[in-house]
Amino acid sequence: MINKITGLSRRYAPVLAGASMVAIAALALSASQTAAQQKTVKIGFVSTFSGPTAVIGNDMRNSFELALDHLGRKIGGLPVEVIYEDDAQKPDVGLQKTQKLIESDKVDFIAGYIWSNVLLASLKPIVDSKTMLVIANAGPSQIAGELCSPYVFSTSWQNDQTPQAVGEYMNQKGVKTAYLIGPNYAAGKDMLAGVASTFKGQVVGQDLTKWPDQLDFSAELSKARAAKPDAVFVFYPGAAGVQFLTQYSQAGLKDQIPLYTAFTIDELSLPRQKEMAIGVPGAQHWVNDLPFDQNKKFVADFKTKYKSSPSFYGAQSYDAAMLIDSAVKGVKGNLSNKDGMRDEMRKANFASVRGPFKYNNNHIPIQNFYLQDVVKGADGELVLKTVATIVKDSKDRHGDKCPMKW
Amino acid sequence: MLLFIEQSLNGLQLGLLLFLLAAGLTLVFGIMDLVNLAHGSLYMLGAYFAATFAALTGSFVGAIFLALFATLLVGMAVELIALRRLYGRDHLDHVLGTFGLILFSNEMVRLIWGPAGMNLPLPPWLNVPLQILPGVYYPSYRLLIIAVALFVAVLLYLVVMRTRIGMLIRAGASNREMIGALGINIKLLYTFVFGIGAALAGLAGMMQAPILTVQIGMGENILILAFVVIIIGGIGSIRGAFVAAILVGLIDTVGRAFLPDVLKLFLSNSAASTAGPALSSMLIYLVMAVILVMRPEGLFPAASK
Amino acid sequence: MSRLFTVRNVVVVALLIFLALVPFFAVLTGNAFLTTLFTRIVILAIAAVSLNLIMGFGGMVSFGHAAYLGIGGYAVGILAYEKVTSAFIQWPVALVACAIFALITGALSLRTRGVYFIMITLAFAQMIYYVGVSLDRYGADDGLTIYTRSQFAGLINLSNRTVFYYFCFACLMGTIYLVWRMVNSRFGMVIQGARSNDRRMRSIGFPTYRYRLVCFVIAGVLCGLSGVLLANQADFISPATMHWTRSGDLIVMAVLGGMGSVIGPVMGAVALLVLEETLPHIIGAVGGFVTGKSMVAAKEYWALILGPMLLLVVLFARGGIDGLLRRFGRD
Repeated sequence: MINKITGLSRRYAPVLAGASMVAIAALALSASQTAAQQKTVKIGFVSTFSGPTAVIGNDMRNSFELALDHLGRKIGGLPVEVIYEDDAQKPDVGLQKTQKLIESDKVDFIAGYIWSNVLLASLKPIVDSKTMLVIANAGPSQIAGELCSPYVFSTSWQNDQTPQAVGEYMNQKGVKTAYLIGPNYAAGKDMLAGVASTFKGQVVGQDLTKWPDQLDFSAELSKARAAKPDAVFVFYPGAAGVQFLTQYSQAGLKDQIPLYTAFTIDELSLPRQKEMAIGVPGAQHWVNDLPFDQNKKFVADFKTKYKSSPSFYGAQSYDAAMLIDSAVKGVKGNLSNKDGMRDEMRKANFASVRGPFKYNNNHIPIQNFYLQDVVKGADGELVLKTVATIVKDSKDRHGDKCPMKW
Repeated sequence: MLLFIEQSLNGLQLGLLLFLLAAGLTLVFGIMDLVNLAHGSLYMLGAYFAATFAALTGSFVGAIFLALFATLLVGMAVELIALRRLYGRDHLDHVLGTFGLILFSNEMVRLIWGPAGMNLPLPPWLNVPLQILPGVYYPSYRLLIIAVALFVAVLLYLVVMRTRIGMLIRAGASNREMIGALGINIKLLYTFVFGIGAALAGLAGMMQAPILTVQIGMGENILILAFVVIIIGGIGSIRGAFVAAILVGLIDTVGRAFLPDVLKLFLSNSAASTAGPALSSMLIYLVMAVILVMRPEGLFPAASK
Repeated sequence: MSRLFTVRNVVVVALLIFLALVPFFAVLTGNAFLTTLFTRIVILAIAAVSLNLIMGFGGMVSFGHAAYLGIGGYAVGILAYEKVTSAFIQWPVALVACAIFALITGALSLRTRGVYFIMITLAFAQMIYYVGVSLDRYGADDGLTIYTRSQFAGLINLSNRTVFYYFCFACLMGTIYLVWRMVNSRFGMVIQGARSNDRRMRSIGFPTYRYRLVCFVIAGVLCGLSGVLLANQADFISPATMHWTRSGDLIVMAVLGGMGSVIGPVMGAVALLVLEETLPHIIGAVGGFVTGKSMVAAKEYWALILGPMLLLVVLFARGGIDGLLRRFGRD
């Protein structure tokens, strides 16, 4: 009899194990919910925390956390809970994480998104559920145009804006012919189109490379050299920027053809690009040495806390936290007053690290673009430095296609 | 015409690099009948080792030799601990098991070296473009890759065809029971061959490191290309891998360079600029499919199994 | 009696009952995401079952099965974009497209064997992948958002979460039944015979090439169905759906669950996807409990656990989860 019972329980051990696994799964999924009984602001943050571009995600998370420190770990006076989710740089993963944040964690705000394609994939459930979204990096043209939405704001830029500024700068430098190289995805195409839209000279050739797989640019560099342009424009975010600059100088092109960039040299890639980045200009809406009090505080505290320099990705994430804080303050903590929060956000009523800016009708910032260059700092370290203002109050060109008026 | 020569050199360099990776893969596949998806992880490890040793010793060449030895050891350890248990099992078991190894090694590398990746800086004497023809400059380091890979190819050929160990390897590939019965320590031979394959993968990784920098997951996409190479070449054939690697390298590079321009002759400008990159990306798969339809066992099928 | 009541059968029945009750659990826990997650699992289980038809029973290891997810999905997405939302048009188009693709690529691929077959199917899937990447009108690399789910003329409302879940569940059960009937039919015997000894089957007089091709096409169409559902579930389709890593995921599901039975891949799909979703939370919770600190960063290392788990399953649980359960019954 005893034998029978133990035999039975042993036979069914895997059943029990399986059942408890399912139970654990259900618990794990709903665990975060029970904590939300008292009134807290819940923010979901979607970014890339694994793979080669995890560096960007970490910088964004660090800056977001720093902003919360500066706010006394409160958003609009309420306790805050942030749930970070990893999109693995894949649209379908990003979508699923976004669905989880909305349906399981029931967040009040979603922030983050590095990649245009991940954002576009995740947008529908956010808009359908009227969750407030603050985009901290990606800026595909659709979001600025026909897909603009009352509860979607950006603390970054529209993809065209930065390369348009580079195009302007190339005109100022008297560049007559240019060769354009970028990755073959939404932002890459937007960047090349952006440069071409303001550059007054002739585009003698352009290459779109496989993304994110292709890291060897030998064929493209040979073509660019053969085309003998006055300048090469390039857009390679993250680690690909390191690879491109390395190969550009290995091929001896750096001394032959001046290079102009967008989002290719930043504080994350600079420690690995080193001397190769000296003298390569880029356009940016934020540079670490901008003379605003909030920016000085952000950069100094970031360096103390994380022992490294923040990048523009971080600056945008910092602003995202501040924008959310201003909205919750504006409605006195009444998180169900979404229209109130929207109106509050439209004022951009917070101290941005890029200095004061306004929102366009499509909720994309109207802001300055600066020329940044790489120089050797006092201690021999390489730093990014603001050289000049290229465009004042740049307004993206897709606002007309957005039906929102306010 | 000069551009064509330069692009062919680019293709040759990519092809020879693929050969380094594919040679190890095809050896392991042909002799132990093991589908090793984790071959790309060894490629990645080689690069990480080289970058670490270069930072420690300050010597590029020294770092390469140290890293080669380290990858050899890691390869043999992995074979001893896990992979030898997979011999004789179904190919799908290999796929699942070594897929698990990929996940594990990526995370392990992240834990040890951090997510940011590393650099393997070139010594100044390798970091200059050389004028190989009037008006044609070529990075000297890429020329070095070509030279090293050709040297390895010749060495491999000599070892496999002219030495006792090579004879054992060839014998093991055609009939493993028989050479076991002849008193050869087949287990030791397998561990050794796997270690060599790992070192070759590591060598490819460290040669590529100064160009592509060192990164987590760097081995995965190139692994697929390496598989394409050994399939086109015929599994187990080093000669086939050599021919196929150069074929794939040339087709990929030359296609990428010239296809969009060629398409412009037939299509509108905008259609050509979208179809071009897509078509050149699928070109090598098209070639592989055509070759397999014509010759279902690759260009150089193993004699008899 | 006792042979019906084995551990394995109990687990299978328990799993199916659990799947049938998922929306109820979602209501009980107030967690709607449970339904969303399991809708996706059920849909991918259909794909895994269809892959296992050719892989487990037919010995045709396709490394390009995700291509059908993409073709099915893009048929729905493109038609929806062009304002054709009726399922009665979308779905037949999707399935026929899959059948044609399977017929052409299968006819060429089946000339090869073993690893060569694996790689030639990969080649065809990669070609389709790059076709997706170049579809500029339909979002190219960024994919295409589907604003209206397939319309069944008001009969079935796929936008309702629960209805959609049960619809997918019914599709899964239908697929399992169909594959089970096929495997145990004369047709299935020929397919399995050709797997173990093709030459013998041919000399008995079966044109195995044709049998295998038909099997390949059926599997492609079933996976296309999964793609149609997946696109509707995500309201989105992108080339990433057809990436070779996704084909790899499907193989892993089937091998992990066990290729010896029709139901094995379902267990594999549930196990793999539930682990992927919950391992980070479990690591975070356990780590936080042990160290008393917040383990947010530790969550990202879930693959460090999953990787060796897969290797251990291969080494010590031949025949995957299904094989493991079968052995538990026999002590």
